[in-house]
Amino acid sequence: MTAVAYAFRSYEFWLAYYRRVWRGSIVSSFVNPVFYLAALGIGLGTLVNKSAAPPGGVTYSHFVAPGLLAAAAMQIGSAESTWPVMGSFKWTRSYYAMASTPLGAASILAGHQLFVATRVLISATVYLAVIAAFGGIHSWLAVFAPVAGLLTGLAFSAPIAAFAATAESDTAFSTIFRFLVVPMFLFSGTFFPISRLPVALEWVAYATPLWHGVDLCRGLVLGTAHGLAALGHVAYLLAWIVGGLAVGRVTYARRLQR
Amino acid sequence: MDVSEQTPLIHARGLVKRFGDLVAVDGIDFDVHKGEAFGFLGPNGAGKSSTMRMIGCVSPPSDGTLSILGLDPQRDGAAIRAHLGVVPQLDTLDFELTVRENVIIYGRYFGLSRKELRRRADELLEFVQLDERADSRVEPLSGGMKRRLTIARSLVNEPNLLLLDEPTTGLDPQARHLVWDRLFRLKQRGATLVLTTHYMDEAEQLCDRLVVMDKGRIVAEGSPRELIVRYSTREVVELRFRDEPSFDLSTHVNGLARRIEALPDRTLLYTDDGDATADRIHELGLHPQSVLVRRSTLEDVFLHLTGRTLVEE
Repeated sequence: MTAVAYAFRSYEFWLAYYRRVWRGSIVSSFVNPVFYLAALGIGLGTLVNKSAAPPGGVTYSHFVAPGLLAAAAMQIGSAESTWPVMGSFKWTRSYYAMASTPLGAASILAGHQLFVATRVLISATVYLAVIAAFGGIHSWLAVFAPVAGLLTGLAFSAPIAAFAATAESDTAFSTIFRFLVVPMFLFSGTFFPISRLPVALEWVAYATPLWHGVDLCRGLVLGTAHGLAALGHVAYLLAWIVGGLAVGRVTYARRLQR
Repeated sequence: MDVSEQTPLIHARGLVKRFGDLVAVDGIDFDVHKGEAFGFLGPNGAGKSSTMRMIGCVSPPSDGTLSILGLDPQRDGAAIRAHLGVVPQLDTLDFELTVRENVIIYGRYFGLSRKELRRRADELLEFVQLDERADSRVEPLSGGMKRRLTIARSLVNEPNLLLLDEPTTGLDPQARHLVWDRLFRLKQRGATLVLTTHYMDEAEQLCDRLVVMDKGRIVAEGSPRELIVRYSTREVVELRFRDEPSFDLSTHVNGLARRIEALPDRTLLYTDDGDATADRIHELGLHPQSVLVRRSTLEDVFLHLTGRTLVEE
């Protein structure tokens, strides 16, 4: 129980820090979905809807919207666990301030991830509200979509934080975005069903945490989710989260002891 | 925390810290008692900071015995840290937050209530003379103010033991004196201080007792005065020559001084009567560019013990 209490003490630091910057981040978590849905749904969507049967039997904007919610969760989760994590070791050294108090490596990591979870949850909730405004909600199950977004974001942020704790420079972070985050954004089912991919790549897409997040969100918002498949998605995302936290606990402890 | 009067607050025997093949701390013994100001004096790389990080229970010892406040850092790290105040070598302040928020958030790490922390923050910021800057952000503060804020923050949990790793490194002389003044007041109130420094004047000002460290080992221990009496003479004559002196001074050591140290930029003559030695220099027909007679300091102790100066020029 003390470990949980300690994690919340470190979480308070991140909230105090967030109080100074939250306005900007709320605006971008509102503006981004509006822009994306306007461009892809109304712009690109009118072309897609004319040319072929829209995927999933809904208009393109309704198809793409829940995928974008999951993809945004991935991007926030990834960004919040790269530079801020390395910076807390190297630049602000705020992790070391915490480590000189009763807080240990595990609670320092957990407190930061709680904050990332808060950021992702806020963004996913705003996204859902924008989708609702565009009339894209087909099922009451949509209320769980922010939770699906949360799991998606943490499935990226936990392992990336574990890695960032070993980083000496930020060059690896550009690589993460260029070769993992951006390709997943484009090819993991956000914009088109992965069945359109060549078979080999389709299997790669199945392995990405983002596809599980996208498919889960889409199933909840469109009301097409199947119980077992949804549970499978949740379990897969949880595995990445738990694995990331377990490794992160070790990499954080090592870095703090050096 | 209940520690009986006889138990040292810190007890270390054969303490070792290794980083791979590098031995940062090579088997040191020391005790720190309640109410004492104890110093680790030595040049950069002597192992002072590694020792402090072991005492701070953030870096586990590689070998040896270490007990802090009567507890084992390996097993009771969190419980010990709850009663330590730490001023690290590099500031860990949160620049985006205000001066007061820095104290309060840090106090929250110890689980103190916000109400209590508001009270303590006001008190501590007044103590370090930052009460007028309480609502300003940290970033624009001067180096000395940041250092004093770090000290205020380290006191928020009313620690039994205050650890200061190079508390005034990088500060200008005026800022250093302000920090020393606050630390001196803490000492007068009975706080137990452990500090590292490579400034001999800092060690002389603040430490009741100190150990001189070099290459991971303790080479001497005592009060500043004891160390000077034991390892140096009362006075020192510093000579600077424009050119190389025409003959070797050391051949005259018996007539001039008890000991001579030739440094690249100056020659030090260790003597009990500096003025008499300075007079003899002129009688010998030597014409140094400058002659300075001064009292021995810990710098001279360090030079004698290691053959090197504390602050590399």
